[in-house]
Amino acid sequence: MSFAYAKAAASIMASLLLVACEREQRDFQTPSSGSPSGDHYQRDAYDVAQGKRLFNWMNCSGCHSHGGGGMGPALMDNRWIYGGKIQQIYQSIHDGRRNGMPAWKHRMTDQQIWQVAAYVRSMGRYLRKDVAPGRDDAMQSGKAESRRERASAIVPSTPP
Amino acid sequence: MPRRRLLFSLLVSVAVANSRAATGLDHTPVDGQWMQAAKDYANTRYSSLTEINTSNARRLVPAFTFSTNLKHGHEAAPLVIGSIMYVVTPFPNTLYALDLSKPGAPLKWKFDPHPDPAAQGVACCDTVNRGAAYGGGKIVYNTLDGQTVAVNATTGQEVWRAHLGDIKRGETITMAPLIADGKVLLGNSGGEFGVRGWIAALNLADGTLAWKAFNTGPDKDVLIGSGFQPFYPQYRGKDLGTRSWPPGRWKYGGNVWGWVSYDPTLHLVYYGTGNPGPWNPDQRAGDNLWTAGIFARDVSNGQARWFYQWSPHDLYDHDGINESIVLDITWRGQPRKVLVHPERNGYVYILDRVTGEVLAAKPFVYINASKGVDLKTGRLIPNPKKTTGMGKTVYDICPTASGAKDWEPSAYSPRTGILYLPHANLCMDEQPVQANYIKGTPYIGANVRQKPGRGGNRGAFTAWDVLKQTIVWEIKEPLPVWSGALVTAGDVVFYGTLDGWFKAVNARNGKLLWKFKTESGIIGQPITYLGPDGHQYVAILSGIGGWVGSIVSNALDPRDKTAALGMVNAMHDLPAKVRAGGRLYVFRVR
Repeated sequence: MSFAYAKAAASIMASLLLVACEREQRDFQTPSSGSPSGDHYQRDAYDVAQGKRLFNWMNCSGCHSHGGGGMGPALMDNRWIYGGKIQQIYQSIHDGRRNGMPAWKHRMTDQQIWQVAAYVRSMGRYLRKDVAPGRDDAMQSGKAESRRERASAIVPSTPP
Repeated sequence: MPRRRLLFSLLVSVAVANSRAATGLDHTPVDGQWMQAAKDYANTRYSSLTEINTSNARRLVPAFTFSTNLKHGHEAAPLVIGSIMYVVTPFPNTLYALDLSKPGAPLKWKFDPHPDPAAQGVACCDTVNRGAAYGGGKIVYNTLDGQTVAVNATTGQEVWRAHLGDIKRGETITMAPLIADGKVLLGNSGGEFGVRGWIAALNLADGTLAWKAFNTGPDKDVLIGSGFQPFYPQYRGKDLGTRSWPPGRWKYGGNVWGWVSYDPTLHLVYYGTGNPGPWNPDQRAGDNLWTAGIFARDVSNGQARWFYQWSPHDLYDHDGINESIVLDITWRGQPRKVLVHPERNGYVYILDRVTGEVLAAKPFVYINASKGVDLKTGRLIPNPKKTTGMGKTVYDICPTASGAKDWEPSAYSPRTGILYLPHANLCMDEQPVQANYIKGTPYIGANVRQKPGRGGNRGAFTAWDVLKQTIVWEIKEPLPVWSGALVTAGDVVFYGTLDGWFKAVNARNGKLLWKFKTESGIIGQPITYLGPDGHQYVAILSGIGGWVGSIVSNALDPRDKTAALGMVNAMHDLPAKVRAGGRLYVFRVR
């Protein structure tokens, strides 16, 4: 193998690595409360994975199950009562909603709320495939988030 | 012939006579009315009316309908007092009064209690209400946000209001109250939110608290005193409501959201207690008293008389809240005062209602979660192969979490000696996981996938001979049967199906006499009454929802097999069969 060839291969490898690393790229600036700039959380597989853990730990799964809903609405479909953008989901978690969603502002940090909001976005696969979680730690509930079909465009909904 | 020895309790007429004396509203013969959701203190749901019978039921036609314009589960029994029908809706718990004396039964008035909308978020298993009760000229019922309201039955004006439930802790109220001894008996829901269960008695006159008893915790909270004489030794000892739990873990479960029975002669009320929290059993070693069992209490002061536990250290969310039917029978040559109780764990129990002794417990469905009930010790015998634990997935547990039979009440006919059982045939895979208690949020700790049981039919309507303890006949239904049952002296049994059929069958052989397709699925409780025109009518609320129908009423996504605690996996095809929407249907023979 010639040197030039090896060099080319190395640069391809490096660029591949760079792309692969991007999915766990951290942003060390935590946005302030209510900041509309939470978009970067949904580009980061680490944040989304953290969000998935919190989703279970904080009993979100008790109402919303693993995205299919229950006492609370389904989160894996395209119907959104209070909006499906990450900022709107953040708002729903942070402040709660009048038809039963509790407020989490005193129970989770802003960063955690953004992480959960980012994970919620992964349930309908509104995130990049390589950012959405690929496995469950628990009994199978269905296809992993990364293997789901992307939900169609968000449609506004009313409480059922 | 054993049937002849089966004496039908006189409690029915006593109950009705009592309420009647207090009202002055009724113009129809006594049994023409329906004053409590379960019809009578004995919870029989039996009517002595005979105009509709096995020979003319096929001529049943709609007399009138009434839309509630709500899309959640309609589980309530309508009431009929005099010439007015009362209908309580799911959240927002509107009470409608319909004037039966006029053609088409027009709306006479409505009452709106304005419950807190946030209650919808802490209502496990849909925002249902199971009905009202009538007494002392008042219609009394509970609201989802934990209130009890009494409304003047004639004018629709609020008389009093009590607020015992706190939705901030996840405490809702869904049950129909029972009015007995001048008191309103009610309890709280919230077994999936780590809510500590209680039963309370409010004074019917003004709504003030007469007594309140918790179902976990120290004896003084549980109202266990010197009068507590349980039959079995495992219930004797100080503060077992704390000592049968890990330290400090007793504050979760034992809710009261099902049926209350009353024996006016013994002066005792009977009610079942819900599951312990969380579902994950490894977080609560011990028998978890006084959950998943039944209490007998003195109606005047709430003091416990006896207790029996259907499911010690419940592993499967087997709430013990189903109806207990009060009967006087001859058992092995002896007259016995008993309760007949079809339990979520799959057995029909016969209990001595004086002592709390189990006389019999026979399965009415296929069961592998347990191996029977030890009649010497009274204990359920667990099946080690189906024992769940933290992180362990156990497959094909029968019956499932919602039970062989959930809250949907059975009916008993003294003419046939048969208990008519609406029920499910579902099993489940379950994996307990760590649950964290966060006030006002679910406290469950289990991943569940429910599925059809043996034979593939997800439900059945079963006629159970109480004395012989055998199935007389059974109608297999493709979907779980989640409506209550009604039986009449015309030997007609009524029930509804999740895909909207309201059916009349012959009480003696189960032969279908008539059916009518309603607009939505039926999870309500059928009732019958004598109208002001002297004719017999049958009424039912249609409106899919509840735990079983939440896939439709809450628009759940079946791609998640664990949705609605796994119920969605068993009911994935329901949205294709039925649409949401509440409507009252009333029928008569043409």
